[in-house]
Amino acid sequence: MSEVVSRLQPHFATEQQQYETSTFGMWVFLVTEVMFFGGLFTAYLIYRLQYPQAFINASHHLDITLGCFNTVVLIGSSLTMAMAVHSARVEKSKMIAFWIAMTMVLGSIFLGVKAIEYTQKWEHGLFPANFFLQAADAGQQRIFYSLYFAMTGLHATHMVIGMGIMVYIAVQALRGAYTARWYTPVEIMGLYWHFVDLVWIFLFPLLYLLGRHH
Amino acid sequence: MSSHAYDPSATLRAYFMVFGMLMVFTALTVAVAFMDLGAMNNVAAIGIAVAKAVMVMAIFMHVRGSSNLIYFCIFGSLFFLSLMFYFPLIDVLTRNLLGIPGK
Amino acid sequence: MESSDQRVTYLNVAHTVSSWLLTIDHKRIALLYLVSITVMFFLGGLMATAIRLELLTPAGDLMDSDTYNKAFTLHGVIMIFFFLIPSIPATLGNFLIPIMVGAKDLAFPKINLLSWYIYIIGATFGLIATFTGGLDTGWTLYTPYSTAFATTNVVLPATGLFITGFSSILTGFNFIVTIHKMRAPGLTWFRLPLFVWAHYATSLVMVLGTPVIAITLFMVILDRSGFGIFDPTIGGDPVLFQHLFWFYSHPAVYIMILPAMGVISEIIPAFSRKKIFGYGFIAASSLAIAIIGFLVWGHHLFTTTQSMYAAVVFSVLTFAVAIPSAVKTFNWAATMYRGSVSFEAPMVYAIGFMGLFLIGGLTGLFLALLGLDMHVQDTYFVVAHFHYIMVGGAIMGYMGGLHFWWPKITGKKYPELPAQIAAALIFIGFNLTFFPQFIAGYAGMPRRYHYYPDEYQVLNVCSTLGASILAIGYVLPLFYLFWSLRHGEDAGKNPWGVLGLEWTIDSPPHPHNFHETPIVDYEPYDYPEAAHALGLHHVEPEATAHV
Repeated sequence: MSEVVSRLQPHFATEQQQYETSTFGMWVFLVTEVMFFGGLFTAYLIYRLQYPQAFINASHHLDITLGCFNTVVLIGSSLTMAMAVHSARVEKSKMIAFWIAMTMVLGSIFLGVKAIEYTQKWEHGLFPANFFLQAADAGQQRIFYSLYFAMTGLHATHMVIGMGIMVYIAVQALRGAYTARWYTPVEIMGLYWHFVDLVWIFLFPLLYLLGRHH
Repeated sequence: MSSHAYDPSATLRAYFMVFGMLMVFTALTVAVAFMDLGAMNNVAAIGIAVAKAVMVMAIFMHVRGSSNLIYFCIFGSLFFLSLMFYFPLIDVLTRNLLGIPGK
Repeated sequence: MESSDQRVTYLNVAHTVSSWLLTIDHKRIALLYLVSITVMFFLGGLMATAIRLELLTPAGDLMDSDTYNKAFTLHGVIMIFFFLIPSIPATLGNFLIPIMVGAKDLAFPKINLLSWYIYIIGATFGLIATFTGGLDTGWTLYTPYSTAFATTNVVLPATGLFITGFSSILTGFNFIVTIHKMRAPGLTWFRLPLFVWAHYATSLVMVLGTPVIAITLFMVILDRSGFGIFDPTIGGDPVLFQHLFWFYSHPAVYIMILPAMGVISEIIPAFSRKKIFGYGFIAASSLAIAIIGFLVWGHHLFTTTQSMYAAVVFSVLTFAVAIPSAVKTFNWAATMYRGSVSFEAPMVYAIGFMGLFLIGGLTGLFLALLGLDMHVQDTYFVVAHFHYIMVGGAIMGYMGGLHFWWPKITGKKYPELPAQIAAALIFIGFNLTFFPQFIAGYAGMPRRYHYYPDEYQVLNVCSTLGASILAIGYVLPLFYLFWSLRHGEDAGKNPWGVLGLEWTIDSPPHPHNFHETPIVDYEPYDYPEAAHALGLHHVEPEATAHV
């Protein structure tokens, strides 16, 4: 049984107000992230409409098996993150740390696969700054890969930052900082990580699954 | 800390069901990509992605049962995102229709 | 009246450097911002001085074209990103919003401090860029010049702007959450001061728009590193850059003007001793401007290969966005009508705002007309239009607010006569600087050129003369405001004798603002009934003049 420690900060009136403020705050931040990634999705949309065949040709160089595997891994990491939040609500501190560690393991697998993919692209001359693909529509394929690296790179950066913060939360969990009465950091970490998953849910079909029926 | 009592088993059940559905939909989207449905391929891909996103938001992100403010955030951001898609689309799709050079 | 020496205030509660640099008190953070943005304002002003000196003569004799390009680019970048966008929200907004909603601080005080440090880091990048070769792409960074051809270091200032954007986002995010979640008991949305409504609308724009400029800058940095997102030789579309850039940068002008309108909405009822006309309409128009402001950016692309159909849609929507602004202007005028108007410095600024914003706004409608825009786009007509709004509007609002709330922030009254003189100098200098530019632009003088045909010289000389007067007007407050800190009369809680939650607490306020949580069960701007009931006396200007 953990001691009842008030985590109420002085400028809040009640713990409920503080909790609602923190979660609302994270949602407002996620709104900014939607618009942030949205700019890249806009560029993708415009160019895909202008160069449909080039985008299909470029997409075919992506490994659909690795992409699919990564999708499964990332969705799995969302589940483990949800389990971490659940553990916080039932006040099982060690399980919070365990599930966060699992999330980080799955996240690392995702990033490892992306590293493999990036290396393959570099070797095949598909990295935009070092592009030597020979094709009639090489220029437009280079635009596709500019967007591919920008979008997946930005997504991966968000994962790395998230995993860094997860280390801190796991350490805090092991110290017994989180109780059923106050587990807000775990909750908002969950919101962030699920958002990262949401972005990939859209990136995967848009980048990997173009024109596969030919 | 939420104002209503926490039901662990119901929550866990929901989490695992959503995970299962997400796996099914992932397999579905890959399978559909290999079928030739013409323009419907794009509709299906986005539609399946949206369905997955709704499940993640509703259950994993606890949006179902949350305050109106959260729904406001979600629909608000989607509205402005759609503006950012829509107007450049209007531009790009209607260029060169009047036969005026450069318009 | 207790002097502030005996009371604990947010200013005297601690004196160490770290108590300022590690503060989480929104009032101290507001002052940190005030100092920083003032420095950046004068740096941007230095660039303006260079521009106006060069334009005294038709020949490009003071500096070469490349240097001139850097001067106007840096003037724009510094003034917009490092001065105007933070100005009112980060100083007056940070100081007043918690007090106006009856809270002890913003929702996330530490994030507030973080936003200032992020601003400083971004500004440092900007300063380093300024002094190590500058930027010559124009503040608009149009591709493919900025991505493929510019020889100046684009990545450095672009990174600085990317970082500073987060300061803006965090400020807006803090305001939105605070206004939703931290209002005092009884303080319903429609009892909030219009300053708060204005900042709520501004914060929506900050949160929704700024990430888009961030990602656009990111794409420019990628292109500078060898990617080809906007490279026309491989099929990239420079107009796509403009769509993404202006998706933020047009709403950004509403980030700059909405807070100023909020200030005006506070000053006018106070100095007319009259309830504001059409509170609900002004509140709603703030939101309308914020939302419709996201639908008009294509009017910056009228002279590009943007399709005619899109241009027509954007033109119509641009006319629409003028309507809520007009509603506000009518309501302010209606507030003054039959009010008991006095002309202290804040009111001089507010009335000046109304006139200058009117001209700036109407000329915006000229520019929204497709046919006319073809003629005046990229001329001094556009330059004059946006300076009327940003300087004649936003900066006058900022100066008016600074003077109005100076007694609350510092506990001292500033000397009224020098303040009124400075306000008049700013108004006169401003018009002399920028009205000739409307004429020059309409007559065809292009912008961003440092040499021009002889026939434009008279107008340019007029403009530079006006700029000199304007500069004096801006420098004067530095002197008398500093003077007031030492020699100004103690202000007391309510030196103006006006209504508002902020005027019920000490000047300067206690660190926690309120000794007990206020309960708000009255409507705002309830002149004359509440003013009479509270025994508020109208303060005559002569009584406060110290010079």
